[in-house]
Amino acid sequence: MSISRRKFLGWVGAAGLSTTIGKSASAATNKHFAGYPDSFAILHDTTLCVGCRSCEAACNKVNDLPPPDRPFTDLSVLETRRRTTTKAFTVVNKYDNPKKSGHPVFYKKQCNHCLEPACASACFVRAFKKTKTGAVVYDPSVCVGCRYCMIACPFEIPTYEYDQALTPRIRKCTMCHPRVIEGQLPGCVEACPMEALSFGKREDMIKIARERFRKYPDRYVNHIYGENEMGGTSWLYVSGAPFKALGMREDLGIKPAPELTAGALSSVPIIVGLWPVLLAGIYAVSKRKEKFAQTDQEEAVASALDKDRSEQSQPEEES
Amino acid sequence: MDPIFYTLQDFMTYTEGVTYLLVIATLAGMTVFWWFLTGKDKD
Amino acid sequence: MAHVTTGERKSIFSLFNFIALIVLGVGIYLTYLRFAGGLGAVTNLSDYNPWGIWISFDLLCGVALAAGGYVTSSAVYLFGMKKYHSAVRPAILTGFLGYALVFLAINYDVGRPWRLPYPLVVQQGTTSVLFEVGLCVATYLTVLFIEFSPAAMEWLGLKRARNLVVKLTILLTIFGVVLSTMHQSSLGALFLIVPSKLHPLWYSSYIPIYFFVTSIVAGLSMVIFESTLSHRFFAHKMDETHLKEANGVTLGFGKAASYVLAGYFAIKVLGISSGNLWHYLKTGYGTWYLVELLGFVALPSLLYAIGVRVKSLTLIKWTSVLAVLGVILNRFNVCLIAFNWHLPASERYFPHWMEIGISVFIVMIGLILYRFIVTRMPILYEHSDYKDAH
Repeated sequence: MSISRRKFLGWVGAAGLSTTIGKSASAATNKHFAGYPDSFAILHDTTLCVGCRSCEAACNKVNDLPPPDRPFTDLSVLETRRRTTTKAFTVVNKYDNPKKSGHPVFYKKQCNHCLEPACASACFVRAFKKTKTGAVVYDPSVCVGCRYCMIACPFEIPTYEYDQALTPRIRKCTMCHPRVIEGQLPGCVEACPMEALSFGKREDMIKIARERFRKYPDRYVNHIYGENEMGGTSWLYVSGAPFKALGMREDLGIKPAPELTAGALSSVPIIVGLWPVLLAGIYAVSKRKEKFAQTDQEEAVASALDKDRSEQSQPEEES
Repeated sequence: MDPIFYTLQDFMTYTEGVTYLLVIATLAGMTVFWWFLTGKDKD
Repeated sequence: MAHVTTGERKSIFSLFNFIALIVLGVGIYLTYLRFAGGLGAVTNLSDYNPWGIWISFDLLCGVALAAGGYVTSSAVYLFGMKKYHSAVRPAILTGFLGYALVFLAINYDVGRPWRLPYPLVVQQGTTSVLFEVGLCVATYLTVLFIEFSPAAMEWLGLKRARNLVVKLTILLTIFGVVLSTMHQSSLGALFLIVPSKLHPLWYSSYIPIYFFVTSIVAGLSMVIFESTLSHRFFAHKMDETHLKEANGVTLGFGKAASYVLAGYFAIKVLGISSGNLWHYLKTGYGTWYLVELLGFVALPSLLYAIGVRVKSLTLIKWTSVLAVLGVILNRFNVCLIAFNWHLPASERYFPHWMEIGISVFIVMIGLILYRFIVTRMPILYEHSDYKDAH
């Protein structure tokens, strides 16, 4: 990492300051929410990654996770396609390079820390929060364990402690939020020996990525994964192979998760407001009809009685 | 066989066009089905 | 419907009691395993598949199949279809029991059930569709309890309280429809957030409307189906009005279900059109989609219509089973079969027998409660003290 500690601390302060000044959010229809200004991001340059698993080891250490089934020096695990688990918040997977066979590519998977996180949007007890540093953090003290966040996450990141009877938690990468607010780098970034991971302001990371595209156009696919996917994420990726070849989904779209449900949620007040009106109207009509039917019936009965009476009285008159 | 679209405008022109035709067919179909459903009812 | 003789009924009930005892015993043991060992001890749930049959069947199907309460009470009290009045109480009872059991099932599914009030009292996740579902289901369960309570009060002889609640009928019915509209549709809206995980044929921006409309189908069909069952087993509990009106209920509800299914079929096709999803119909999932749409939507609609035309109660009753299965199939498709369709087969979910065991256990509790209540309270007949009081 080429960023000095002092500069880094300065950023942390600036992120806090600019948030307090912040643009005033409004609910106006065409308002665009750009996220926290000056929040951080991590750029993963997969062309530099050698699959050494140092990041996995560091992640395990800084998060106090249980020891892995096989040591981090065992690189044979890269052969199988792994996902995040309660014991591993990040995993590196190896993929064949469709452009250059014999030169595998490596991709480090962990929570992407969406700018508008699907997990936070889906959580009915607000256990997830996007912080001003960029990290999406989870609060186990309120979590009910419904696992809707896991359903909602398009990257299939959150994991659940299924074996815990009383205190099951969701487990996932914190982007080392506790370290970052203390001025330290995320564990994985600090540990990477190849500088395949860069940490800094999201805007700067995007600039760096573009700069690399410009300098080495043959080396990269001209796309920053995470710049716009699902509305943008705080982890950004550049690659030499198509992202699909790295097991990354290219069909997620650029709509942030909250937008997907906003329409349905906005129908709630309409139903509450209009349904009683409609139903009361139907009730009034049916009641009126019933009343008419009743009067009709009464009249019919009355006239029948009249007729009856007159028929009865007639012979009397005659007699 | 399936047309390829490059703009939302083109996509919607196509899908809305097909959908309007189906809407008309639905109105007709629902009417006919109502006759079928209530055809043997006594008044 | 042939009525069973007393002797026959006794033997059926003792068989039922025997099965019930086994199911309850196994269920209690599984409950112990679930809460002592966590979800992992009894389920096949995984990080890829966090929701299994306790959500797809117990929650999604449970809520849909309990829709008979709001459908019947609104037909009778709001739309003025007085000839179906005897169907209201059984429908409200099954609705109430259905929602109560959904709540019970949720306690098994969530990791820390004792925190279920948290979203209401500690921290409100108002952006979550699940928050709305929870809020509505909790409120509606209360409404159903109040709507059901007059039957219990008549049984207990609480005349004054009963009359007070009966005065609220219209208000409660309107509340019931408003709340049901919201949460029945919101159960579908839960899946709006996963366009990349749910197969495009089932993912639609119309999915809340699909769920709401199918809840009406489920409600109507369940009333027919339940009335068939209770005629078989509880005919001796029915009064003359109930027996006299029952055929009219079957015909009328069958007709309504037929037309609602026709409309549902239409909006499903229009949904395919507006998403331009025709080409998916040629795939394997497309075939499965057509099985659902033609076999479990179009077919029951047609069969109901034929049953109504030729006045065949038997056909309508069998069709109600098909229609109910169709709604169950739809919920399974959305929540399990077409969900995570992009994953390799090795990562997909199939329920553990113990998950099924818990679901069966919960349904059994419902059946036992239903039997307990209808054999004691004025559900299938009118209490002699309150005749024509409505």
